[in-house]
Amino acid sequence: MSKQVTLTIDGKQVTVPEGLNVVDAAKMAGIDIPVFCHHPKLEPVGMCRMCLVEVGRPMRDRATGQFVIENGAPKIQFMPKLETACTNKVEEGMVVLTQNEKATAGQKGTVEFLLTSHPLDCPICDKGGECPLQNLTMAHGPGQSRFIYDEKMHLDKQVPLGELIYLDRERCIQCARCIRFQDEIAGDSVLGFDERGRTMQIVSLSDPGFDSVFSGNTTDICPVGALTTADFRFGARPWELDASPSICTQCPVGCNTTLNTRREAKAGGEIVVKRVMPRQNEEVNEIWLCDKGRFAYHYAESKQRLSKPMIRKDKKLARASWDAATKLAAEKFLKAKKDFVVLASGRLSNEDLFNLKTLADHAGGKSYLYSHMAGGELTTLVGVSAGTNFGTMGKGTAIVVVASDLYQEAPIWYLRVKQAAKRGATLIVLNPRKTKLDRYASFSVRYDYGGEAKAVHDLTKKSKASDALMKAENAVILYGSEGVGVAGSQSLATACAKLLNENGFTGRPNNGLIGVWERANDQGAWEMGFTVEDDLAKALKGKSVYVVGADPVNDDPKLAKALAEAKFVAVQDVMETATTEIADVVLPAQAFTEREGTLTSGERRVQRFYPAVPVTGDAKPDFAITAQIARNMGVILEGTSVSVVFDLLVETVKSFEGLNYAKLAEVREQFPIVGRGDMYYGGTTYENKHGLGVHLSSAATRGERLSIPRVQKEAVPHPKEKELLAVPVNKLYHRGTTVVSAELLHERIGDASVSLHPDAAQRLGLRAGQTVSVNFNGTSGQAVVKLDDTIDEGVALVPRSMGIAIRAPVAVKVKA
Amino acid sequence: MAQILLRHREIPDINKLPVYKKNGGFAAFKNAVTKMKPAEVTEVVKNSGLRGRGGAGFPTGMKWSFIDNKNWPHYVVANADESEPGTFKDREIMEGNPFQFLEGVAIASYAVGANVAYVYLRGEFWELAASLDEKIAEMEEAGYLGDKLFGTNYSLRMYTHLGAGAYICGEETALLESLEGKRGQPRVRPPFPPAVGLYGKPTVINNVETFANVPMILANGAEWYKTMGTADSAGVKIFSLSGRVRKPGNYELPFGTTFRDLIYKHGGGVQDSRTVKAIMPAGASSSLILVDNDKILDTPMDYATVRTLGADLGSASVIVVDDTVPMDWLVNKTVHFFKHESCGKCTPCREGTYWMSHLTERIHGGHGSKADVDLLLNVAKQMQGKCLCALGEFSTMAVVSGIERFRQDFDHAVKA
Repeated sequence: MSKQVTLTIDGKQVTVPEGLNVVDAAKMAGIDIPVFCHHPKLEPVGMCRMCLVEVGRPMRDRATGQFVIENGAPKIQFMPKLETACTNKVEEGMVVLTQNEKATAGQKGTVEFLLTSHPLDCPICDKGGECPLQNLTMAHGPGQSRFIYDEKMHLDKQVPLGELIYLDRERCIQCARCIRFQDEIAGDSVLGFDERGRTMQIVSLSDPGFDSVFSGNTTDICPVGALTTADFRFGARPWELDASPSICTQCPVGCNTTLNTRREAKAGGEIVVKRVMPRQNEEVNEIWLCDKGRFAYHYAESKQRLSKPMIRKDKKLARASWDAATKLAAEKFLKAKKDFVVLASGRLSNEDLFNLKTLADHAGGKSYLYSHMAGGELTTLVGVSAGTNFGTMGKGTAIVVVASDLYQEAPIWYLRVKQAAKRGATLIVLNPRKTKLDRYASFSVRYDYGGEAKAVHDLTKKSKASDALMKAENAVILYGSEGVGVAGSQSLATACAKLLNENGFTGRPNNGLIGVWERANDQGAWEMGFTVEDDLAKALKGKSVYVVGADPVNDDPKLAKALAEAKFVAVQDVMETATTEIADVVLPAQAFTEREGTLTSGERRVQRFYPAVPVTGDAKPDFAITAQIARNMGVILEGTSVSVVFDLLVETVKSFEGLNYAKLAEVREQFPIVGRGDMYYGGTTYENKHGLGVHLSSAATRGERLSIPRVQKEAVPHPKEKELLAVPVNKLYHRGTTVVSAELLHERIGDASVSLHPDAAQRLGLRAGQTVSVNFNGTSGQAVVKLDDTIDEGVALVPRSMGIAIRAPVAVKVKA
Repeated sequence: MAQILLRHREIPDINKLPVYKKNGGFAAFKNAVTKMKPAEVTEVVKNSGLRGRGGAGFPTGMKWSFIDNKNWPHYVVANADESEPGTFKDREIMEGNPFQFLEGVAIASYAVGANVAYVYLRGEFWELAASLDEKIAEMEEAGYLGDKLFGTNYSLRMYTHLGAGAYICGEETALLESLEGKRGQPRVRPPFPPAVGLYGKPTVINNVETFANVPMILANGAEWYKTMGTADSAGVKIFSLSGRVRKPGNYELPFGTTFRDLIYKHGGGVQDSRTVKAIMPAGASSSLILVDNDKILDTPMDYATVRTLGADLGSASVIVVDDTVPMDWLVNKTVHFFKHESCGKCTPCREGTYWMSHLTERIHGGHGSKADVDLLLNVAKQMQGKCLCALGEFSTMAVVSGIERFRQDFDHAVKA
């Protein structure tokens, strides 16, 4: 525990950790000092002058250095001027007066100054109702302005900083929170000030505008209505909104969110999600959210949502009853016996996956996780566990990131890893090309695609990076799927697990393996015992397949063919997809916004999400549909209460032992204190009242004997002359069904691309921006050429989920 | 009296290296580097009573002794931003007697253990920067800058850097920001530059004139320096005299010289033989000294005594205001200047100067009311003690002193 300091604020004695500033210390003591520019997550700058207080310190005798005692207490010497509480650190014996006449006058003066330039257009402002300036004006401001209204400056009110964020120049109070967030937290310094004095204004410095995947956070911490999102602006008044706690389903980080909903005329009077807001969990996402999580929620309200079960009749899908649809599926699956295959994705909750796995096991069938990434069974052995928190990593901890571009794959992990590196953690980044994270790396290690496992193994051989890693007290490895498919990621995960296990980096907090998975609950699927199949097409061919939450037909022509040749296909999903189109039975599932359940993050934290909007049509939660099919197959599964499914899961799956819904809903006091009436302090992020989640145990924490298999060498295809090695990379904004419904993101999603080294492009006679065909294994796809001189001449980078079905490295021909 | 700083007025071509050398140039620097410990150099400067000439008058030797010796490297920065309206002394030093200034920078660098020194010049001084670059190159060639100077282990490099024409960059922390390539906006102090300065490292930053004093102090000793000036303010000061005088210009005189001597003996008196109504001793940042009786002009100019008149000597850019000048006009001018130069970082200055400019415009334009004058005074006072740096405070000086000491001018303006 850090050293404590005792001071007096407004007559109240307060003991707080050393190093805190007076605003934060007062906050901990329940005293609100008004602020605009100060934010507890940012370095104090003392710009806005709102937190003016009187500060006194115990006087010391110049000769002896002892406190001067007067009337039995140390004599306090007050500073002649008011001080900004945000730039003053707490000191032993300090006396702070925040509400005396002098301080109050200073605060009132600052509000009056701010209002001379502010347009006071609260009635049409999105921030009205949750606005720090509005609230602090009511609390501290003068009742009337002495500034002549006609002398106000008139400025542009709709300035797009990018396509996602709009700036209202009149409302801006120049607090620089947005600029500082981008500089200090996001690490994307794309905002700045232009001009000076009263004409000083926020500008975007990047092309495209506001080029950062964290841009939405600036609208949360903006203390006025200057920054608004293109998604929510003019959408609703804050007081009309209901709030439901949820978990973001876009990536394995598991950010805690709040879904703001209201009844909407435009939606035919339905209750819809109006915006996604961060919900504080200092061990997961702090108070941040990436733009994908914030803006890509629209699929749940898409017109393509499935609302009724359907059965194929005369080659056409026709509406059917739940009874008929589930009976038909059950009948086919029973008949298939060992040819029954469950193909489920990490889009599903733990409870859904548990029911699916149980059904497949009882029926003697197979159960596969739909993913291009393997090695998850190793995370159940040596994955991170209780007490692990990027927020506490710093000096003494090594963080290894291999085969992953974290900025693109799990932005909030990128943020947290970057901050840990700034606190002194040793960050080792292994990747064939430079990624954004390399800027913060202590060591950047390059290898050729295909050399992932060896690169990890080499960390045990003598090198500076290895020395730093071996000297570390704790180590975590995040491994991803850049440039590797199922076989490659299996080798990579094994090499990582081996390194961790053999060097004692398991079974303790802040130690272990983390998979940078494709989907939110891939980790949950691994915990349930799902496996991935390298040659999925072969595994599906001729089988009776139960596809849940996946769209293989759209993703890969080979899988489309395999499913076309399957005996029977039942597809359970929230939306119409290419796969539902070829299905024999279609089962409409509820979106995560419509139901309850739990998800397991990549950090192996189980977290609850809650219903926010009414159910679409006759859709049912996935676990219930599976239970209904199971019942028709003679297998009894819980199909009514999701928490009962969870209880059954806990009895079966060791890593969940001891958990229940009540435990998952427990909360503790977190710092900074956000989400209360004082929105000016933390922003509009929500306080967590519905659960911080609980970590799973691992075989290592349970003290079980671990056996890590040998690393299997993966054969990397060798391109012939005129061929390139195409490697799949992961992109944040892609064409997956859960992203593409957000029209706002289309500009960022862009076209399918293939990145080539300029020399390679020249050799092939290709130029940037040209549309080319990428040919491999008898198929081809269209892509736009991008040039990238940071990559090897012999490779072509092809982003996943953009229309070209490259799941693992493959030799390709790129032609005009 | 022989000139100590403006020596070019007496010694032709002292801006040429051989001439400067012949007149004792660089002997003090060489002596310091080869024969003195850095702390001894600081001690001499401390004992001389030299105070910073940029405006605040902080004891120079004390500033140097504050340098944090636990944190390295150290930097020395010369503040050649000279942006206070009515101040034009640094320019003359750098044009006429540049080597004495640069030698001062070099001595300071040795005293605080800096191996790199920067001369930060205002954006308009591009010709001066080019000429200083030549002088620096000559010093390198002559062995006064570079590695292992005079056969010791001490090395020093010097560079000039041009600002982009912002008044605020004369404020030391804004200057450092600008020098680092960032927006010229002041930092919160403390920490002060000797603890956390350029690139976060301990930095001594002094005004050009301050540095120009240093070689002479080292050459002639602290006691010699203290024979000039007053007990409060040792040595000589260059007074930049302007306004309604017959002979405006720079006058190097000992501290303690009276306003009367400066204006009448040296400056040739007031134009058209009118009477002095007010004095701004520190340029636009000044409080207006009310000259309502003859005795005021007999006040000796040093830091402590000028303060008794309710003003600061500052950079000693003495602007003389005669009885033809209406104060509402003058205050309108200064407020517009500060509104234009406010960096925008802190609320009271950004909004306050904007607000005040509307009020002074209205009052001076004859559209104001008595209530506007009261409001103007109130707004200025509301800014005082609340701003992030001195600029905001300075913007209120002429306003408050103007209204409090020359209320009749404002009342007249709103009546008209």
